Amino acid sequence: MPMQSNSPLPRANLAGWLYVSPLVLVLVPFFVAPILVVLAASVFTTDGFGGLTPGFTLSNYAEVLSSGLTLKLYLATIKFTVLTWMFTLLIGFFVAYFLVFHVRNPLLAIGLFLICTVPFWTSNIIRMISWIPLLGKEGLINDALLATGVIRQPLDVLLFSDLAVVIAYVHQLTIFMIVPIFNSMARIDKRVIEAAVDAGASRFEIMRHIVVPMSKSGIALGSIFVVSIVMGDFFVVKVMSGGGSASVVSAFYEDVGVLQYPTAAASAVLLTLVLMGVVALILRTVDIRREITR
Amino acid sequence: MKIERGDIELAGVCKSFDGVSNVVDGVNLKIADGAYCCFIGPSGCGKTTILRMIAGHEDPTAGEIVIGGHNVVGLPPVQRRTAMMFQSYALFPHLTVRDNIAFALRVRGMAKADRLRAADAMIEKVRLTPFADRLPAQLSGGQQQRVALARAAITEPRVLLLDEPLSALDEQLRVQMRQELRRMQRDLGITFIHVTHTQLEAIALADLVVVMDNGRIKQAGPAREVYAQPHDRYVAEFMGGQNVLSGRVEKVNGASFMLGQAAPGAIEVPLRARSSLGIGDKIDIAIRRDDVALVRPGGALPTGCSTSLPSRVLAIEYQGYFVKVMLDTVPDDEFVAYVPEKTFFADPLNVGDVVVATWPTELARPLA
Repeated sequence: MPMQSNSPLPRANLAGWLYVSPLVLVLVPFFVAPILVVLAASVFTTDGFGGLTPGFTLSNYAEVLSSGLTLKLYLATIKFTVLTWMFTLLIGFFVAYFLVFHVRNPLLAIGLFLICTVPFWTSNIIRMISWIPLLGKEGLINDALLATGVIRQPLDVLLFSDLAVVIAYVHQLTIFMIVPIFNSMARIDKRVIEAAVDAGASRFEIMRHIVVPMSKSGIALGSIFVVSIVMGDFFVVKVMSGGGSASVVSAFYEDVGVLQYPTAAASAVLLTLVLMGVVALILRTVDIRREITR
Repeated sequence: MKIERGDIELAGVCKSFDGVSNVVDGVNLKIADGAYCCFIGPSGCGKTTILRMIAGHEDPTAGEIVIGGHNVVGLPPVQRRTAMMFQSYALFPHLTVRDNIAFALRVRGMAKADRLRAADAMIEKVRLTPFADRLPAQLSGGQQQRVALARAAITEPRVLLLDEPLSALDEQLRVQMRQELRRMQRDLGITFIHVTHTQLEAIALADLVVVMDNGRIKQAGPAREVYAQPHDRYVAEFMGGQNVLSGRVEKVNGASFMLGQAAPGAIEVPLRARSSLGIGDKIDIAIRRDDVALVRPGGALPTGCSTSLPSRVLAIEYQGYFVKVMLDTVPDDEFVAYVPEKTFFADPLNVGDVVVATWPTELARPLA
């Protein structure tokens, strides 16, 4: 493309456009158009019954930004995001590390890798419901703890709590960490690890000085997946907290429910901007493009 | 335990990866401290496995590896005082030249200022000072090789192990880096063990050439000995420069025997002291290609030559200081004469010419 765009021949330019046209045909109706609609809705006014009046007002944004609820919701969402990110990163990194560096048989590694995807053979809802027999008041964990005498009263915090929300997220999203980290780790030349052993590095030093820096692109990609999914989700929070917690998205989901489209749109735009900021931050620390083409 | 010397002894070293076949099969070898030793053999002959066992990246299935008087089997590389330079170098791609070289000092816990000073001194030694802050991907092949060498040498090992160090370079650079390796080895005064599959590289560099085949040592000795006096057909053919002929003993008379073979004309071969040959024994002999003289039919044989094998010229290759003449002297084996350029052009031969191949009788060597 860059070579052709400088070409004086309009023909070459046309060929360039033809190359990108499939992507354009997908992105314009399914990505660009909806965003523009939301963007437009966020500056319109409403009659309160779902009708939108075209115009330009920033009052929707002012309403969202001045509400104390917004800050509270963002704090709650960030809490879930950070906790989920930490645990998925920790688990994902070590699962990938184990698969790449400790499973010698590549067939076994692929088999174990597939096992990591087993939770995805069923729907999100069933995966969440299946936590109830485990974490519930009369669930396996409480029963076991009661039976061993560690506790006298069943623990309430296990289910329908923030803890349950984080557990469900980690369960769902760890695979999004494993895959990109596994991918970048698998590309590390085994001889590079051996060279580090030869230099006298311990297993921990190899991990710290060689494996982690060389898996950076995978870690960044996985982080983007996890952070954007958690920040854009309301369903898991709603179900697993039993209605006790909310996220940013749950708020504008409620707005949509009561036909307050402009404020919902303004919230959505705001969240998109915040998320873009977070992703930009991740990309600033890791130059994924350079890491991948290296 | 501290290893101070770089002499190495391999005693009955075996390695099997599958428990069935031995990749390295009972290798015994002594390498003197400060020697330049080359392992040479076709790929899959076990030479790299031996190197990795000496380095401590692979454990022998059986046998002992002794470095500087200590059995090092089971010890990690650092305690062996060995350093390895990997094939295609295995530089740390995310670290600069300086950090690559300083890595071993870093994991040894040396303070940052000290290790960077040591690394810079080493960088100067391998003439990479202008490139110290570059990443490996920004260096040429020859520069990467020098980084790898410096990274291995900075720990002051007693033994440096090089796995095909020159194979990633182009021809011209290879010859240049070959000299640099030899110079480094002299400067550092340590044992170098170099694995290669290039004969020229081995004989140009090594004090001790070890020819391997199928996990076993075929011959180990000084370069000149291995090249000029190969033990058997395999070594003779692998090292090159020899014509190998096979036949049966027809007659033994005193200090020599006559070899009968498929082509017409018996060959007189001097007997080696220890060999006891009987009539009818099958034997291989070797004649250096540059010992073969070509005479026009009817011409007088040079003095000392008793064998004359009529041959037809199959092909001629000009090689600069000599001319390679390929002949159909023996039916199954290659037979080549390296004729000095001036001799050849005094009476140039053409493809298809009939000549008599001959050589001074005492230069033919029976092989094991």
